[in-house]
Amino acid sequence: MSWLFTLDHKRIGILYMIAVLTFFLVGGIFAIVLRVMLALPIADAGNQMGMEMNDTRAIVHSQNATVPDEALNLIFNPGQRTPEELQTDVEAVLTDTAAKNPNANVPIVDYAQLNEARTAAAGNYATKLNNHNTLYNQSFTLHGAVMVFLFIIPAIPAIIGNFVLPLMLGAKDVAFPRLNLASWYCYMGGAIFFIWVLGKGIMNYIVPTLERVWGGGGLDTGWTFYTPYSTETNTAVVAATGGAFILGFSSILTAVNFIASIHMLRPKNMTWFRMPLMLWALYATAVIQILATPVLAITLLLLIAERVLHVGIFDPALGGDPILYQHFFWFYSHPAVYIMILPAMGIVSEVISVFSRKHIFGYAFIACSSMAIAILGFLVWGHHMFTSGQSELLNAVFSIITMLVAIPSAIKVFNWLTTMYNGSIRLDSPMLYALGFIWLFTIGGLTGIYCATLAVNIHIHDTYFIVAHFHYVMVGSTLFAFLAGMHYWWPKMFGKMYSERWAQIGWFLVFVGFNVTFFIQFIMGALGMPRRYATYIDKYQIYHHISTGGSLILTVGLFLVLFVWIHSLLRGKQAPANPWGANSLEWHTVSPPPHANFDHAPPATDPYDYSHWRWKPEIEGYILDEASEPEERQAMAHNDS
Amino acid sequence: MNKVDEHHDPHLAHHFDTPVQQYSSAKVGMWVFLATEILMFGGLFCAYAVYRGTHPEVFLYANHFLDTNLGAINTVVLLTSSLTMAWAVRAAQLGQQKLLVGLLFLTLLGGFGFMGIKTIEYTSKYKHGLWVGTENAFYYKSDSFTNPEKLVGAVEYGESHNAVTPSTESTDSLSEQIKDVAQNDEQVNQPQAVLPTDAQTNIPEANQGPVGLSTQFGRNEGDAAAYNYPEKKPLTYEDLTPQQRTLVSQFFQIYFLMTGLHGIHVLVGMALIFWLLIRSMLGTFGPKYFVPVDLVGLYWHIVDLIWIFLFPLLYLIH
Ligand code: HEM
Ligand SMILES: [Cu+2]
Repeated sequence: MSWLFTLDHKRIGILYMIAVLTFFLVGGIFAIVLRVMLALPIADAGNQMGMEMNDTRAIVHSQNATVPDEALNLIFNPGQRTPEELQTDVEAVLTDTAAKNPNANVPIVDYAQLNEARTAAAGNYATKLNNHNTLYNQSFTLHGAVMVFLFIIPAIPAIIGNFVLPLMLGAKDVAFPRLNLASWYCYMGGAIFFIWVLGKGIMNYIVPTLERVWGGGGLDTGWTFYTPYSTETNTAVVAATGGAFILGFSSILTAVNFIASIHMLRPKNMTWFRMPLMLWALYATAVIQILATPVLAITLLLLIAERVLHVGIFDPALGGDPILYQHFFWFYSHPAVYIMILPAMGIVSEVISVFSRKHIFGYAFIACSSMAIAILGFLVWGHHMFTSGQSELLNAVFSIITMLVAIPSAIKVFNWLTTMYNGSIRLDSPMLYALGFIWLFTIGGLTGIYCATLAVNIHIHDTYFIVAHFHYVMVGSTLFAFLAGMHYWWPKMFGKMYSERWAQIGWFLVFVGFNVTFFIQFIMGALGMPRRYATYIDKYQIYHHISTGGSLILTVGLFLVLFVWIHSLLRGKQAPANPWGANSLEWHTVSPPPHANFDHAPPATDPYDYSHWRWKPEIEGYILDEASEPEERQAMAHNDS
Repeated sequence: MNKVDEHHDPHLAHHFDTPVQQYSSAKVGMWVFLATEILMFGGLFCAYAVYRGTHPEVFLYANHFLDTNLGAINTVVLLTSSLTMAWAVRAAQLGQQKLLVGLLFLTLLGGFGFMGIKTIEYTSKYKHGLWVGTENAFYYKSDSFTNPEKLVGAVEYGESHNAVTPSTESTDSLSEQIKDVAQNDEQVNQPQAVLPTDAQTNIPEANQGPVGLSTQFGRNEGDAAAYNYPEKKPLTYEDLTPQQRTLVSQFFQIYFLMTGLHGIHVLVGMALIFWLLIRSMLGTFGPKYFVPVDLVGLYWHIVDLIWIFLFPLLYLIH
């Protein structure tokens, strides 16, 4: 109980962790539902009809007579003929046969029965396909929306950020602990509402009688809620957008808290350019959250008003403009992808430096490029709308600005590589995930240039190429950096070590599974497989099979990671205060930190200077080497006591 | 960093070192939050700008339906309450208990005044069929298109209301005009794809392409003419093409969305001020502790500021 009313940022971080991981599981289950449906698609219409028409064949053969092939062909491939025309044509063939071969036993076909069977078969098939599509549409909406709004956006800031931000500042808590808890309740409220509404539709599909118990629901608009479809579908758009609106509040409250904490709680000797890069990243993220989320909020409110009151803001019939909806939506959602990636980059900066045992290269460049990405991120939303019919001039402008985002991103990648160069690299699991991040982010980022190139975009728009691209950047980087961060700070969070060996095996499965799942989708997309389709022509089957296979490996890997964590909680060894020899402030207190974090706040020095930490085998951790401590620190320690 | 001494003042939370640090943090937090409020309204201002840009003549016409006098009175009411609020913050800082209670009460009164006048405005709009969505007489899916008296009532209200040349149009000719919409439709090649093809039956929407932002860069002739609309001549219903008339409802939708959202903010502000009022009567605030008064004050000023933008954009446009 004390947990549910806690104001301690560490506990709130752990509450977020439990919730976010649960929703990740929900989103993941639906990812597998999608992949399995795509591995076993309803075959194309012709084949399926052919199978259903076996009944029809039986009707013809029941006459106990030889039906000439020509007649059968006509019956099974009627083309555009009406039933009457078909009857005339078939009868003509039969008379013809009888005339040519008087001995033949020519069947008498019951055309009424035949037509009935044919209609029934077509109807059956249509229902089946329709159900299949409904389930698929609702599943990918649930999967996409849950993953975006409930997993990747909050994962790093809300779990890891909440836990480490005050510690890295040497502070006792975030600036507004009560607001922090309120933000968690907003998150839980919005999330449960969201899953309830979206899940209902799918449950109704599985157990149709349930609809009478709790009414309709579900959502089939995709996570983007595009108008005009979203104002017309009869699924629960209002309820779902209402849930997203509440989630936005949670996001804003966390951002307010982080910005105020970084401004006001920084110790005096921690200047802006001495902050750990993780803090820069969280700061830039919070700025985006503040600037973008309110625009999403008003967009959702307008959508609700459009559905409930028919205000016609987005309805072309009333002079409204559905493209305005897309502008609004992407004005939030493009920056949102930076809400996902910037904190990820913060984690990677920390991990790469610590596990290379080298000072991070180009500190100021990395810090400033975070802010540059945050700002540029607001100027490129139109690259989601190249095919929407906006003016060509806009297209060209958005294309060029989009290319510019590559510069600060590349700066970071090159700085990480330079940091590793000549370092003494340790391949512990956080480092493996960070390297995985660089690999996946590079592929995702480079394919982003394809997407931003106008001519190429026309070809790959709304194909699996896009699906692969956003999974590489969003999952590849956010999920990998999240896992890097979880492994890196795990000992600090829970005071327990995990099995390094099994963690590495987990990494291997996740990395291989991910690449098998999504790399093939680039190829299939370039070949023309459209996204958001439940069935496809045979040519794409092999690619879908490979992708589904990869997703199963990925699933096994992720469960292994979960077991490693649970095992560590139950059986793990006591963690030392500083298992990695890092120098940011959170490693200067015991693991896990006490209620007010530090009994004596440590003076902040250069967070990437590892020279004064010595490995101590007895505790399997690092301790401060008093003798080699920088003078500055000693001086401050003296002043303090 | 200094250790927090054990006898610190009860309003200082354990994770702050000094009251000044705590106070400044609260202010930073509030300002950042208010930035989100402004951005949220920013979305509506964008929608306003886009539709005003694509149908300027319609906005010029439709704005005559709003009551500028009531709007102006409301502006004064809100500004005054902002003043009393600012003064209340000062009173709290100086520990003038009675003055604080009185000023908060006046501010709250200002809130009630504002909402009261809003209610009068809204009711009169409702009475004349100028309401939200399909309830708006100009909305072509509303029943005013099958029952033209409603539209006539609305038009006459608007035109008499702002002393624009009153309409001499009779009900009959108006309904004739509405029936004519279909024919005009083909002749008037308007850039807006919003053409009721037949006011009496359901209008097919399927082939109406997106308009506005998605149209090509260059403007069509009709638009240019609209932009140079002779300003001296008062706009009347007859001056507008049938297509433009159907767009009038869009102005009202934006009006209701903007003032509605603003109104909700005023209500929230009133609730907060009420809470301050109760606490100030209990003597909670004084020179040592006035942060809540200060923060609510900031909020109230922002709400006021937003109205300062809404009033000219909606009521005074030319
Ligand atoms: C566990 C492995 C995953 C698999 C096998 C998977 C599979 C899929 C599939 C099949 C689609 C539908 C594509 C379409 O029909 O257009 C999809 C869409 C999507 N996925 Fe995943 N996914 C996985 C993990 C994730 C994660 C972790 C995230 C978020 C970080 C994510 C975010 C999305 C988004 C945003 C969409 C777009 C939905 C839309 O089209 O609107 N996925 N995924
Ligand atoms: Cu984008």
